[in-house]
Amino acid sequence: MFRILHNTKYDFVRQWRLALITVVVFVVPAIVLIPISGFNYSIEFTGGTELRLNFPQAPDVADVRAAIADAGLGEAEITTFGSPNEIRIRAQDKSQVELQAAGATTVADQIEGALRERFGAEGFTRAGSEAIGPRVGEELRRNAIIATLIAFGLTLVYISWRFEWRFAVAAILGTLHDTLATMVFIKYLDIEISLFVVGGILTVIGYSMNDTVVVFDRIRENLRLNRKRPLSETINASINETLPRTIMTGTTTLGALIAMIFLGGDVIRPFALILTFGIVVGTFSSIWVAAPLVLWIERKWPRESDATPQSRVPSARA
Amino acid sequence: MNSLKARLLAIAVMVIASAWALFPRTVEDRFQRDGVMVDTTYSRIPLKYGLDLRGGMHLALEIDQSQQQVTDVSDALERALRVVRSRIDEFGVAEPIVQRVGDRRIEVELPGIDDRERAIAVVQRSAFLRFQITDRTQALERVAPRLDQIVKTRGLDAAGATPEASRPSALGGIFQTDSAAGDSAAADVPSDGPFRNLIAPGSLPGQYYVAIGDVRRIERLLADSAIRNALPPGKVVRWGADSVSLSTVWYRPLYVLDNRDIITGEYLVDAKPEQDPMEGAKVTFQLNNEGGRRFRNETGRNIGNNMAIVLDDKVMSAPVIQGAIGTRGQITMGGRDLQPAQDLALVLRAGALPVPLTVVETRTIGASLGADAIQQGIYSGIAAVLIVIVIMVGYYRFSGFLAVIGLFFYTLITLAILATFEATLTLPGIAGFVLSIGMAVDANFLVFERIREELDAGKSVRLAIDEGFDHAWSAIVDTHVTTALTAAILYQFGDGPVRGFAVTLLAGIFASLASAIFFVRTLYYVWLSKQKTAPTTLSI
Repeated sequence: MFRILHNTKYDFVRQWRLALITVVVFVVPAIVLIPISGFNYSIEFTGGTELRLNFPQAPDVADVRAAIADAGLGEAEITTFGSPNEIRIRAQDKSQVELQAAGATTVADQIEGALRERFGAEGFTRAGSEAIGPRVGEELRRNAIIATLIAFGLTLVYISWRFEWRFAVAAILGTLHDTLATMVFIKYLDIEISLFVVGGILTVIGYSMNDTVVVFDRIRENLRLNRKRPLSETINASINETLPRTIMTGTTTLGALIAMIFLGGDVIRPFALILTFGIVVGTFSSIWVAAPLVLWIERKWPRESDATPQSRVPSARA
Repeated sequence: MNSLKARLLAIAVMVIASAWALFPRTVEDRFQRDGVMVDTTYSRIPLKYGLDLRGGMHLALEIDQSQQQVTDVSDALERALRVVRSRIDEFGVAEPIVQRVGDRRIEVELPGIDDRERAIAVVQRSAFLRFQITDRTQALERVAPRLDQIVKTRGLDAAGATPEASRPSALGGIFQTDSAAGDSAAADVPSDGPFRNLIAPGSLPGQYYVAIGDVRRIERLLADSAIRNALPPGKVVRWGADSVSLSTVWYRPLYVLDNRDIITGEYLVDAKPEQDPMEGAKVTFQLNNEGGRRFRNETGRNIGNNMAIVLDDKVMSAPVIQGAIGTRGQITMGGRDLQPAQDLALVLRAGALPVPLTVVETRTIGASLGADAIQQGIYSGIAAVLIVIVIMVGYYRFSGFLAVIGLFFYTLITLAILATFEATLTLPGIAGFVLSIGMAVDANFLVFERIREELDAGKSVRLAIDEGFDHAWSAIVDTHVTTALTAAILYQFGDGPVRGFAVTLLAGIFASLASAIFFVRTLYYVWLSKQKTAPTTLSI
């Protein structure tokens, strides 16, 4: 049989400082940047209007802009979408969103009315439209945050029950690391936060947790098999033993995602990009963040039953 | 081998049940064809495509509390939901979804519809029909001087009102002459005040004309509380639905009506659109017996008066009552287009909305956009699956091949679950599907790596397989449960597209467990049972 990474004996726990790199590059900027400048939210979250209109011939964008400005909606953003015949108009400005309190389609109707006056009633067809009132967006943002917090909470409870609280805390911190890193990745690439992207972030959380649980499962098993071995050795052995699976699953999922990045089109691409990053960082954190954290927590709050004083273990110079 | 037989039997049952769930079946649907509802039956695979895949329209509605407070929101929403549902049923859309979301929202999905304005009108129109007698006592003329004064003292003066020249003086009698004649008090104040300047008497009793340019101003004045209090008691002021043109200037009629409804739409039993060569499109309606009796009494007492037909607080028309009317009546729409009459008849039949609704969200997706998305979704899905297959067979050989068969089983089960629970397949759903393939593959990898370890430990092929599955079990269960927890929360809090993602992910997680743990293991057993002697090597 063909094997990769068989019987490896890397001392992963000793390399925990590698995690400092991701913490400095991703986690710290996340904590600093996100509260300062926030994200670029899609209209699903801010409320607003988006129209995609198909013109038989490519219209002059300046013309479109003038018509919309005449209607008193000068703040609207106008871009071509895909082909020059398709125009995307987006009104996301606060004042415009407030107009929609009266009815979600207020602004859409105004824009379309103005354009029909300029380009004629049959001047274009509507390829798609979205109009979202201000309250809906607010609610959605709240729901997304609640969903994430509950997901964390439930996972914490589940892992505490199946493993023990030290593992649960380490898994949650590792996953938090991945979540923050993914969010700052989204910020670096200036990907707009849409519902779909939030789904992507939650999937990264799921994957990261998945990967960590596989490693922890092996640690749990090895702890049972050999209670005398120092924890740092058990952790190292467990990571090494699960390494082939970690790499194979990561590679396969990345392969599938790369297909989605190239062939999935504009809708799926941002989602696939986020997952690609999330899987790399999730795999990294299971090995270099979550596992060393178990050791660290164990030292701070040692188990009472088999209180092996871990600080005396020579290999763990952390 | 009995346990193998039992396993094969269980698999056969699952495959047959899944195939049955996915077997094309006959569905019945209502379509609108040339304005008539027709029931058609056709056969198709029972998987629903979301709006993003086939185009259509999504609407979210909430109770509008800006005008009046609704005390029991939940109950009002439930009643509104029934009305919206019956309207949509009559609208003629294949497989519409009308559902309540949370405790204050109604969601409507209309596949294949992208006429936003019309769909919103049908859903949102409150369709409250009532008949009221127009005022004959010149009540507005009598309070007009008072209104003028209020406008002046409260500084509501519509400075920059329509210039004198364009005032409706061309209409024969202008307001102030009427009011001076009708009320001696009016003589004490200047006969043209800021309010009276904007209003001219119309052609019927209780009807007035307001120049189109002044409509907004009058609306503002009528919204003022002092003005409202000064309006004649027992009367109500309503706008007409259509504008009229008199000597090049357009006017909007304003009616003063008796506040009492002589009858309302609750007695209506049927409404039909009709095309009349003289009157244009119209809606004829029929009242039930009780409604007919009341209507006859009321109209009999009001012969010679004008009866305003008021729909959603707008006066559609105000014909003179020639004689007592029984159970039948009509609403003239004017114009040649039958569709407004069709839509009105539809909402009248379905009943009035118990509370006003406001649209909080709409999404329309053109069918072409959907087609592109399907195409890209399918291409990327196929490519992703091919990559997975190549990696699995390339690395794990025969065992990888078994896992690939397992993937087909997995796909079948996932689709069957989606069909059974009538989940909607959306674009994010396809992404969730591809991703849960990743989970299924991961479960296989966990098992295979475990089997390799058992083989390394010197166990026999048979024992290694058994222990490999047994030892991988805890990791597989824990990973699946944690992912399922996240997916379930996504489902609970997510909306539309994210929900589609969560549903396919949940279905996929279950199918992945069935495939990786049960199906592939059975395949190994089948392979073992075919060996004449106990195998010493396993291609893994």
